[in-house]
Amino acid sequence: MRGARGGSLRELPFSTMVSVRVAPGSAAFDRIGAALGAGLPERVADTARAGAHTALWLGPDEWLVVSSAEPGPLVADLVEALAGDPGTVVDVSANRTILELSGATARQVLEKGCPADLHPRSFGPGDAVTTTLGPVPVLLWQSGPSTYLILPRASFADYVARWLLDAMTEFA
Amino acid sequence: MSAQPHRLPSGGRIDRDTVLRLTVDGQELTGHPGDTVASAMLAAGRLDVAPSIYRGRPRGIVAAGVEEPNALLEVLGRCSESMLPATTVSLVDGLAVRTLSGLGRLDPTGDEAVYDKKFAHTDVLVVGAGPAGLAAAWAAARSGARVILLDEQSEPGGSLLSCREETVNGSPALDWVREVVAELESAPEATVLSRTTAFGSYDDNYVVAVQHRTDHLGHPAPEGMSRRRVWHIRAARVVIATGAHERPLVFAGNDRPGVLLASAVRGYLNRYAVAPCSRAVVSTTNDSAYDTVTDLVAAGVEVAAVIDARPTLSPRAAEVAGTGVRVVPGSAVVETTGASRVDGVLVGALDEDGLLGGDVEADVETIACDLLAVSGGWSPVVHLHSQRQGRLRWDEVLAAFVPEGTVRGQRVAGSARGTFDLGGCLEEGTEAGVAAAVAAGFPIEAEAPVGRAATGEYGPVRQLWLVPGRRGEPADWHEHFVDLQRDQTVADVWRATGAGLRGIEHVKRHTSIGTAHDQGRTSAVNAIGVLAAALGGTPGEIGTTSYRAPYTPVSFAALAGRERGDLFDPERTTPIHPWHVAHGARFEIVGQWLRPRYFPRDGEDIDAAVARESRAARRGVAMMDASTLGKIEVCGADAGEFLDRVYTNAHRRLPVGSARYGVMCKPDGMILDDGVNLRLDENRFLLTTTTGGAAGVLDWLEEWLQTEWPELDVYCTSVTEQWTTIAVVGPKSRQVVARVAPDLDVSAEAFPFMTFRETTLASGVPARICRISFSGELAYEINVSGWYGLAVWEQLYAAGADLDITPYGTETMHVLRAEKGYPIVGQDTDGTVTPQDAGMDWVVSKRKDFIGNRSYTRADTARADRRHLIGLLPVDRVTRLPEGTQIIAPDTPVTPERGPVPMLGHVTSSYHSEALGRPFALALVAGGRDRIGETLIAQVGDSPVEVLVAGPVLYDPEGNRRDG
Repeated sequence: MRGARGGSLRELPFSTMVSVRVAPGSAAFDRIGAALGAGLPERVADTARAGAHTALWLGPDEWLVVSSAEPGPLVADLVEALAGDPGTVVDVSANRTILELSGATARQVLEKGCPADLHPRSFGPGDAVTTTLGPVPVLLWQSGPSTYLILPRASFADYVARWLLDAMTEFA
Repeated sequence: MSAQPHRLPSGGRIDRDTVLRLTVDGQELTGHPGDTVASAMLAAGRLDVAPSIYRGRPRGIVAAGVEEPNALLEVLGRCSESMLPATTVSLVDGLAVRTLSGLGRLDPTGDEAVYDKKFAHTDVLVVGAGPAGLAAAWAAARSGARVILLDEQSEPGGSLLSCREETVNGSPALDWVREVVAELESAPEATVLSRTTAFGSYDDNYVVAVQHRTDHLGHPAPEGMSRRRVWHIRAARVVIATGAHERPLVFAGNDRPGVLLASAVRGYLNRYAVAPCSRAVVSTTNDSAYDTVTDLVAAGVEVAAVIDARPTLSPRAAEVAGTGVRVVPGSAVVETTGASRVDGVLVGALDEDGLLGGDVEADVETIACDLLAVSGGWSPVVHLHSQRQGRLRWDEVLAAFVPEGTVRGQRVAGSARGTFDLGGCLEEGTEAGVAAAVAAGFPIEAEAPVGRAATGEYGPVRQLWLVPGRRGEPADWHEHFVDLQRDQTVADVWRATGAGLRGIEHVKRHTSIGTAHDQGRTSAVNAIGVLAAALGGTPGEIGTTSYRAPYTPVSFAALAGRERGDLFDPERTTPIHPWHVAHGARFEIVGQWLRPRYFPRDGEDIDAAVARESRAARRGVAMMDASTLGKIEVCGADAGEFLDRVYTNAHRRLPVGSARYGVMCKPDGMILDDGVNLRLDENRFLLTTTTGGAAGVLDWLEEWLQTEWPELDVYCTSVTEQWTTIAVVGPKSRQVVARVAPDLDVSAEAFPFMTFRETTLASGVPARICRISFSGELAYEINVSGWYGLAVWEQLYAAGADLDITPYGTETMHVLRAEKGYPIVGQDTDGTVTPQDAGMDWVVSKRKDFIGNRSYTRADTARADRRHLIGLLPVDRVTRLPEGTQIIAPDTPVTPERGPVPMLGHVTSSYHSEALGRPFALALVAGGRDRIGETLIAQVGDSPVEVLVAGPVLYDPEGNRRDG
């Protein structure tokens, strides 16, 4: 979408994603955090990034690691860090895809369908939440001042992309 | 301009330089920007609208806002819209409307306008941009808090838009409005939304509003700009400043065109520069109507008399009387006269009980006029407060229901709270705005603007609910209208009380008063007053009806928003979907998934395609995209124990590398879901669920883990889209799998049924291959990462090309599984079917406990004549029974005279079997397994069809084909 108020939308496919479940504060929690390099975030909407890996807080004992590393070795490293303690590490790289929405009107586009408070006082770069966009459950991750990453389940990606293009029309 | 004979020569908030054309019921009129349809009609001297809904009585415009009971429009256009009050439709050039007798019609033409929604979060939400709301928003915005100000009118100002001499801070009030709006619009965190009605208020300050964005533009909206937008607002604090509505009076002939609310007359004079009459009478119970009197006089309209119900003149009344206007105290208009419009009123004196004193016929005075302005008092607009269960209190002095206390996080300010004077509204608004900002964490102080108005207070009010008729009893007063839109009168209220009804909620439903599009805005409190008069007591003792959203009507299109057409509901697709599309698949929706139903070749219909696909699966090799099955990884030291509790059969000792079919039930013992589960390693299982049941099963597992068994070391992870699953089915499937997975020993001995193997395909893709069959044939399911799903599908398709590998869809899958008697949860079961009913007693463990187990000893669950899933073979070998067909015993009469017909059960699945060469069905039939071999009747319309009861497994009952 061109123009002063325009925005852009693209898919960032084939990111590695790993689901991590572990009790916060446990030894395995610390080992996994160390393996990722930046620890696991412990606050709602927080993310922690180190090198190729970013861990998104999804719940008190649940994270999604998004990485540019290969899935196999990363999963193996995290399984090793868990070391059989209570918890789980599952490769979910193909479970979701990433749609990147950017532009001055990106927040206004999202506000047509996302009930989360995206005002800069409440949500900013480095924040990620589990929410919905229209009728679709998504993870929403703000990656820059006017750039958002939207992570729907892969089966919903086509619908979400069409939904976003429709919502962007007003700003074309 | 001659076409607007009632337009005043100056004033008003209209743009006289621009002339707009309007057609009302075919009559061509003109108006100006700033007009509503109603004000343009009155400027042209047209007061009348379509006759009343039930009694066909002449009716005219009554109000100037959303409370209008009579003047309903259908706005004509490519897609017409009905039931819009003429008092709220802004004039645009070329507008064409039809007035309605209370009943609209939904235009069947497709509405191509865009409707959308918007979520907003704010520190302070102010509803209403009259003096109180503006003061509140102004004060709150100065704190830097996020502020949203909503107002239903075309511009901010509220009651000030209709004023003449009121001032704020010493300047004309509208100058102050302009300054405040400019300040709000320049504040970075303030949003002012006009033409936006807050129609619903919900828990935790969740307020829903509809914004009209384009109709008033007069030209097509920019592409993508919605016509209406529904705002979903979450506010830390809410200030309700929704004002008040004036009440009419109840007397004989009060529905005659030319009877208007006094405040509406004032609005038409000052806001629209329209004098809707030449000689007016004003009938009032309070001081507010005297502003209308002075404004009429200032506009050069003769005021024949002011009929004031109060026995003595209030200071304000005396002041106006002192200017030479005739004021008649202690009296009321008892009747109107005129044909299609008021041409006079009859005035009678009231005694202290509100009865007509003396010789009624002799003492009544007739006054000629062409308009009667009425004011029966004011009702605060308490709807949003009340929707949140905010309490109300009857104020005997104000003669109004006013908010009692506050809803948490909310305040009511100004006339919505019963504070009717301008100065008080500004003070309360400022105070509410400051308090809201402070409470939201934005400290601020502000000094209230100073407002001055001619009428300082609303004054003492005489409660006058029912002006007696000159003749008869209330039960006879069929022309004393209470609800103009519903054509309901005092006689109707008396009929309700005569039927023994006492509560206002009952009277409302008996009479329908307050149930029209206006939801009793002008009639509800009057109905309460009339009921109080009928029963004795005060309106406070009667109480109000409940206030529910929406405050004003909202179109379904606005509520639907973008969720229509292509965006109506998500269509989930698998990575292989583009291939299906490219190969001509016909799709069906399963859950939200788009699944290929069949792949027709060369003009085949569904039957021919399914027959060909079935032959390929039974005799050659066929392939299906099974990726939509739900998949859940269950990990942890207690995973096996957990599965033992949720499935009817045991999983704990399932060997690593093996698969097991499992059924899960609800506590009532009825089938909830099923699927094949894999043990990946000691502490790790992969469950599969039905396509439509995936999300529900995950919720179900989480519910048990989180609420009942938190001590278990178990974690569930949904991996539905992580895996693309391709079923390769048929006697030649082994050859195809061997070609794509050369490292795998695919022999029946090395790779037996209900096991799985991890391997790497020839293409380098890691794969998990299972020997699972949903068809009875030799079959494999190949699972790969979704990243490679399409590529591996194409590899399999190429590898089987010389064997004519045939893609098939859900229809063939259904036929193949039904021939084997495999039930589909949700098709052959409906929440009343146990595993035993479905013929799967073998899957129910007798040695362990599980969810649902205890229900199998219930008398009803243990009955021998429960409905069993069995096969049915139509004896004529031709009829394909419609699914849902009822099964009855032979010789059962099906005539109405001999009914009701005892039913034995119904058909759940029905297909033509290519393998059997005949149609067949699965059915749930009472005691079905004990009827095998019997002939029953399937009643298809009027035709009884003989069916032979068979076991559910109709094809290869010995299971010889499983290993190829």
